[in-house]
Amino acid sequence: MTVITGHYGSGKTNFAVNMALQLAQAGQQVTVVDLDIVNPYFRTSDFRDLFFKKGVDIIAPMYAGTNLDIPAITAEVQSVFAKKEGYTIFDVGGDDAGAAALGRYRQEFLNCGAAHWYVCNCYRYLTRQPEEALAVLREIEATSRLPATGIINASNLSYDTTAEDILNAQPFAEQLAQLSQLPLVTTLVERALYPQLSALIERITPVDIYVGPVWQRRDMEE
Amino acid sequence: MKGNEALAEAAIRAGCRHFFGYPITPQTEVSAYMAKRMPKIGGTFLQAESEVAAINMVLGAASTGKRVMTSSSSPGISLKSEGISYIAGSDLPCLIVNVMRGGPGLGGIQPSQADYWQATHASGHGDFFNLVFAPSTIQEMVNLTFTAFDLADKYRMPAMILADGMLGQMMEPVEFPEVQAHPIEKPWATTGHGGKRPHNIVNSLYLKPEDLEDLVRQRFARYEVVKENEVLVESQYTEDADIVVVAYGATARIVNSAVKSARAKGLKVGVIRPITLWPFPEKVIAQAADSCKAMLCVEMSMGQMVDDVRLAANGKVPVHFFGRTGGVIPTPAEVLAEIEKIAGGVQ
Repeated sequence: MTVITGHYGSGKTNFAVNMALQLAQAGQQVTVVDLDIVNPYFRTSDFRDLFFKKGVDIIAPMYAGTNLDIPAITAEVQSVFAKKEGYTIFDVGGDDAGAAALGRYRQEFLNCGAAHWYVCNCYRYLTRQPEEALAVLREIEATSRLPATGIINASNLSYDTTAEDILNAQPFAEQLAQLSQLPLVTTLVERALYPQLSALIERITPVDIYVGPVWQRRDMEE
Repeated sequence: MKGNEALAEAAIRAGCRHFFGYPITPQTEVSAYMAKRMPKIGGTFLQAESEVAAINMVLGAASTGKRVMTSSSSPGISLKSEGISYIAGSDLPCLIVNVMRGGPGLGGIQPSQADYWQATHASGHGDFFNLVFAPSTIQEMVNLTFTAFDLADKYRMPAMILADGMLGQMMEPVEFPEVQAHPIEKPWATTGHGGKRPHNIVNSLYLKPEDLEDLVRQRFARYEVVKENEVLVESQYTEDADIVVVAYGATARIVNSAVKSARAKGLKVGVIRPITLWPFPEKVIAQAADSCKAMLCVEMSMGQMVDDVRLAANGKVPVHFFGRTGGVIPTPAEVLAEIEKIAGGVQ
């Protein structure tokens, strides 16, 4: 079980979608929990159809993606803690405001030894310095009462991201890992940039871009 | 940055130090950002008890000549309309942001463009207009925030950023311009006369009908200057276009994607994107109507801007409409299908 938190727009949901699809492809039984109580749009439950095609289960608030802004969490979420097998990914809303939803499950997360990965993006305004990103991490930990266990470096400038941007973000990610005393789990990079960077960065994971407005969504092209 | 946050940061950099608002999805990040940042830079963030209170606080703060703003989403803007009219009737500059959602009524929280009529023709009672800017990228949301404050000051009138939920919520890279604020002298501001000059009075009540008529006529003369000088519009591939698609805001991004596919199929299609919705780029549309064979207006509404496009085209070419409403976002494939349908009839 992995809990994914981070600053608004750091790339949490895109990472959650990639992780779910990659695990499913590797034969795992995957459940994604859309626990976002903050954002009305751009959430994991937008990918319900894609998940269905790929055999990934999704648990989402009843009103996610509808015209109602009701940040209620469904009781179904509790079912993942009773599961003996399979992998569960919690995609959490941004900042400490989003992380508040985690408090309800704190004991369950601790009991099952869930990983809590903090996603950071040094190109995101107000988390440009490792110290700023650390402050947001600490706010999230305080609100969720759930210590982070690793850092995901998702530093990117959306479709403007270059290989150089990824390389330039490495010192930031390493400093954040050092300041927070947490392991840098991996650096995410768009698949097209992966070949030129894979030898240069120690732990690096290729990802596809799923989250975005309708004119960029590849899964909606047909 | 997220659209709403980029807009809020741009407003701060443009010199706005006073924000009065009330939360509503999908613009709440503007308020949340202001709540975090304003206290750190000596500004005022105030969550009012209602939208009606917030817009009247804007009226008060604007009277002192300070750069001031409020933001809301569709139902909240309706609540603000009385105050917007008072601000316009008092010749005060301010910035009003509407991150549109589906309507009418409580409607829904998904993106929409169904407040076009309200923004451009009926943002309150009485004879008046607002400057209305319609960004289509996050970068443009930033740039137009600076422009909106500057022009509101210049013409002493309210300026509105008319965005939609998609722009408010999506993420894009942005750069903040070097030169950011152009504050001007405001001799009309009620900042205290100190016994050295006559009182400045901010007011929208006039006892004699003739006095009020004179003032409204002066205001409309100023509107003519705005219409002459401040139209912003972007045209693409219109020179050889048989079909010209007109769209604004996030919808223009969807249209661009569809037009690219249409061009790849050999169809001669162009795009006109109004950036100011008031003043409306009627001349550019009239010119395009002289050379194209048909127009298509695409909106996230049942068709509102299409009225202004038809007025500008003045019967020279048929103006078709395609829209989705209620929070449904049109896809590039749907727009392309409309273009192909029209192309089938264009000789």
